[in-house]
Amino acid sequence: MGPLPNHIAFIMDGNRRYAKKLNLIDGAGHKVGFLAVTSMLKFCYELGVRNVTIYAFSIDNFKRSPEEVQSLMELMQEKIEGLIKDESIVNCYGVRVYFVGNLKLLSEPVRLAAERAMLATAKNSKAVLSICVAYTSTNEIVNAVEESVEEKIEHHESEPLIKLVDIEKHMYMAVAPDPDIIIRTSGEARLSNFLLWQSAFCYLYSPSVLWPEIGLRHFLWAILNFQRHHSYLNKKGEQLQHLLQDGF
Amino acid sequence: MLSLGVNSPIPNTLVPLILNPSRPKTRLFSSVSLRKLRVKASSAEVAFKEEEKYSNEGVSPTRGLSEELPPGLSREAMPKHVAVIMDGNARWARQRGLPSSEGHQAGVQSLRELIELCCKWGIKVLTVFAFSYDNWVRPKVEVDFLMSLEGIRISVIGDSSKLPTNLQKLIRDAEEATKENSNFQLIVAVSYSGKYDIIQACKGIAQKVKEGVVELDDIDETLVEQELETNCTDHPYPDLLIRTSGELRVSNFLLWQLAYTEFFFVQPLWPDFGKDEFVDALTAFQKRQRRYGGRDS
Repeated sequence: MGPLPNHIAFIMDGNRRYAKKLNLIDGAGHKVGFLAVTSMLKFCYELGVRNVTIYAFSIDNFKRSPEEVQSLMELMQEKIEGLIKDESIVNCYGVRVYFVGNLKLLSEPVRLAAERAMLATAKNSKAVLSICVAYTSTNEIVNAVEESVEEKIEHHESEPLIKLVDIEKHMYMAVAPDPDIIIRTSGEARLSNFLLWQSAFCYLYSPSVLWPEIGLRHFLWAILNFQRHHSYLNKKGEQLQHLLQDGF
Repeated sequence: MLSLGVNSPIPNTLVPLILNPSRPKTRLFSSVSLRKLRVKASSAEVAFKEEEKYSNEGVSPTRGLSEELPPGLSREAMPKHVAVIMDGNARWARQRGLPSSEGHQAGVQSLRELIELCCKWGIKVLTVFAFSYDNWVRPKVEVDFLMSLEGIRISVIGDSSKLPTNLQKLIRDAEEATKENSNFQLIVAVSYSGKYDIIQACKGIAQKVKEGVVELDDIDETLVEQELETNCTDHPYPDLLIRTSGELRVSNFLLWQLAYTEFFFVQPLWPDFGKDEFVDALTAFQKRQRRYGGRDS
């Protein structure tokens, strides 16, 4: 058996298209999408993939109609509260949950639910689930810069020299290593402001299946292709590491 | 037998068709299964004669040609900024038992053709990523060629401090000489690291805060954008990224700037990437719906 990815990230695209395809009511696509999340998480943790990240709600998504935003917020709150229950998937697999993003942008009840969930799962240590909400990568980077600069000023450093390590430790996603694979469903091949920094060397997989329809075979295909490309990365990664190290 | 249309005492090398080994196709991969026969001159002399043709006839790809677009493409929906990761030169050479310099030379040919097409079809900025500056086998010749194109602005991003000093000077002079040109901009990424670009932008911002030019509260995405090395252009964000030779990753090329870029990964190696492949990429790009996180229209 080849190397296993340590971290898989998902851009769960296609819920609304799925709902349209099946003539479901508005919002139903997202509910079915949540079932796909649960099954993907099971595959990951069963296989031994320790870190999973999902792009649940982008800061850009606030641009959608107030009704859709509201229904998404309600769905999120419901599902977050479900996470804390004993029989939930995160407790079965010992998963520690992080909510990653600019949480101040969330409505109060959702934010509080998120904080409760993070507290409740803080002792879990077998695996990690990072749920990106109110997140964009550019916002994450700006926040990291602000915090780095502020830290340098507070310590009265005469030369506030920002280094790679400063930025990385202030990233919301510092709770997990860089992803090995990013899977975006429904055939769209773009990152939509997700993990831009962390995806520098990551394998990008873009199956045409809609998110609610994603299944085991797509998951396995991603793993196989990751393994196929893995040796390439080791070679190239060394070359590129030199570029990185020299600059910092 | 195809020829370059140039009298040459050196025999041309016919490159055989190489069909893709079968790989499951997803929407990401190019649907081209036939590639035109291309004649690659294996000698520098023939390539030099081709440059003479450009300078003697005063032909400029950028001069006011509104060449008809291939069927299916619309001028209005053209990407303003195209980025390319030119991967596969070395593999191309190895497959033919040629030294890697031949691969890089063939790669330069692909790049020249792409620049020509971008100019003709109204693309304003082309950013190219060469994995190493080995790709520039005859830098002076290439820079001279670029400078001969009317209205083209040349910019270089990345860490050129490791390059030989005469090449650094060549680059600086070319940037200076072309900086007022506005028909088309070619940005060449040499020893470029997307992560380092963001770090140096942050360093710049930290310095400005220290000097009191900027308040901590003023730090936002616009400020970061202004500090990135792509601040040499009005269109820093590529609409379309093409990567050749089948690798499905960004490899630390532009990172911040690719936030909403459409990716198009293709199987052909860079020297085999030509007009047909570029039309495929543009056609797929124009079909895609760009929502920027909002709702479908």
